[in-house]
Amino acid sequence: MEPSLESYLALSGILFTIGAVGVIYKRNAIGVFMCIELMLNAVNLTFVSFSRYYGDATGQLFVFMVMSVAAAEAAVGLGIIIAFFRNRISVDVDDASILKF
Amino acid sequence: MESALETAFPFIVYSVGILLAFQGVLMIVAYTVLAERKVLGWIQGRIGPNRVGPWGVLQPFADLLKFIFKEDLVPDKSTKFVYFLAPLVALTCALLPIALYPFGPRIADPLGWLVPYTAGIPYLGDAVPWIAERAINMPLTIAQLDVGVLFILAITSVGVYGIALAGWSSNNKYSLMGGLRSSAQMISYELAMGASIIGVVILAGTLDLNGIIQAQSAGPWYMRWYIIPQFIGFMVFLIAAFAETNRVPFDLPEAETELVAGFHTEYSALKFALFFMAEYVNMFTVSVLCTVLFLGGWYTPGLSYLFPVGSIPYALASHVTFLLKIFAFLFLYIWIRGTLPRFRFDQLMSFGWKFLLPVAIGNVILTIVIVYLLNM
Amino acid sequence: MVSTVIFFLFAGFAIACAISMVYHKNPLYSAISLIGVFIALAGLYVTLAATFIAVTQILVYAGAIMVLVVFVIMLLNLDEDKPLNRLRYLYVVGAGLGVALLAQTFFIFYAVLKTPKSPADPDSLAGSPMSIGQAMYTEYLLPVEIVGVMLLMAIIGAVILVRRMEQPEMEAVIEQESENRIE
Repeated sequence: MEPSLESYLALSGILFTIGAVGVIYKRNAIGVFMCIELMLNAVNLTFVSFSRYYGDATGQLFVFMVMSVAAAEAAVGLGIIIAFFRNRISVDVDDASILKF
Repeated sequence: MESALETAFPFIVYSVGILLAFQGVLMIVAYTVLAERKVLGWIQGRIGPNRVGPWGVLQPFADLLKFIFKEDLVPDKSTKFVYFLAPLVALTCALLPIALYPFGPRIADPLGWLVPYTAGIPYLGDAVPWIAERAINMPLTIAQLDVGVLFILAITSVGVYGIALAGWSSNNKYSLMGGLRSSAQMISYELAMGASIIGVVILAGTLDLNGIIQAQSAGPWYMRWYIIPQFIGFMVFLIAAFAETNRVPFDLPEAETELVAGFHTEYSALKFALFFMAEYVNMFTVSVLCTVLFLGGWYTPGLSYLFPVGSIPYALASHVTFLLKIFAFLFLYIWIRGTLPRFRFDQLMSFGWKFLLPVAIGNVILTIVIVYLLNM
Repeated sequence: MVSTVIFFLFAGFAIACAISMVYHKNPLYSAISLIGVFIALAGLYVTLAATFIAVTQILVYAGAIMVLVVFVIMLLNLDEDKPLNRLRYLYVVGAGLGVALLAQTFFIFYAVLKTPKSPADPDSLAGSPMSIGQAMYTEYLLPVEIVGVMLLMAIIGAVILVRRMEQPEMEAVIEQESENRIE
């Protein structure tokens, strides 16, 4: 017997919740970044499970797109973090409250 | 009873297969270490290890015993959990691809020849035909995965963590430098490696390792081994493979003249042995990948004229040629270690990004254009 | 039966790793936990017969993105997070958001449980690289092209962002910063 659709959706919801709460609690920019990645992954899980239960490859294709967006986000986001660290010697998001250095 | 046996049979077969494959690969790897020392000695006009057993053949076991019985030092200021995790990650990621090695072609009826000999014996007489019937067309691979090439690339890319975390957790500046160098190097050369494989995948039309071998055995004469149509891809793959396995001339993560011993400076005894083993298993994996993608894997032109396809001698001969090709690559690794000096780090980076990657992408574009024109 | 056990193993591992990621103050521990989540999710994709996506998950997330993150953490040599000494209202906001999202999750779980649905087709080929490639280069060609352009923009943007300033200018900035810190 295979686990049913709703168990995958519940897991995805729990992971998304953890990620969302983490975004609020984390003060480290890299930590916030990782929590966003976790939320993206939770969404990917729903895509794949719907794709499985409808027998359609489109959902998996969109997972692929989300992964590309995550890769682009990693490149630019880490670039911003490094540039920010060079300017303020910190990666704390609270230190980034003034939009200048 | 019968149905329970029926259910258990695949598990037993897979367990035996996994045992044989892992044991065989690890033995070959152990003797690669000895061969490396012997060949290096030969290149440098020395003798090499010759004390343990005749010509030093028991040296790998002596080394293993030494690694086990040495004192295991843990640096006081290290991050303990990560320090213990790192060698495990390195070795696990090195061993996982063994499950996908295509060791040989399918055998049509591997045990059928046993049946007449065991016909009269009480229990064996019933068991052997039963097993033989279920062993028909058994593949000589543990796991058949339709994305085999990608799987091996993915697992080897996770192997970076072993080295990077080892460097970070040791709390030693040389280790940290080694770890940083290795992660930068492996990210850079992975791209060139992946891009060099795309040409082969376009020609074969599949990502399955056995499928790629089959595609090579079916084409016209100049497509029998993809090294001929994909020579540029082969060269790029070979160079990137040296960098991925941290071998000379790209052994900057452990560059002993600059960084003491690089990422494993603080590791001793069995933990060091795990890193050491992981490096050599990675060498073996990359050689297998190179053989399968560019040299036809177990397929050798002409063997099918000597033996009928699907017979046991054909499978054995194919398996032996497969191993011979791998040994040739392993010898190449050792030969280059004895010949070439090490790159400087900025040279390594600019070589990877400014030369190797553009060449690999150019090769992909060229392959696409030629395949398109040929199929028009 | 076997797949249910595997599902609960991977699901439990994923949730445990996700919680440990949010819990740990040290960014490197968070990163290692997140890699655990990604690997557990790859295992779940295999149980959903999406081998291509599972392998891509490991290749892209665990093998590329997280290596970059670990690399940056090691390069910047980040310490532990400072304690949350101001912005205390964030605790309330976070807890409220968490409770709301969890309630929504259970509502979805309940609603989908009640909906009649046909079981998944076990022989479906939806996960094979061939079917994904077919969809990618016929029906969804335009989104794929847009993603390609976006990746190119990301590469150029990242290079411009981390380009070093002129050396004297940078020294001046660092000096000024350290003075500010001392004050």
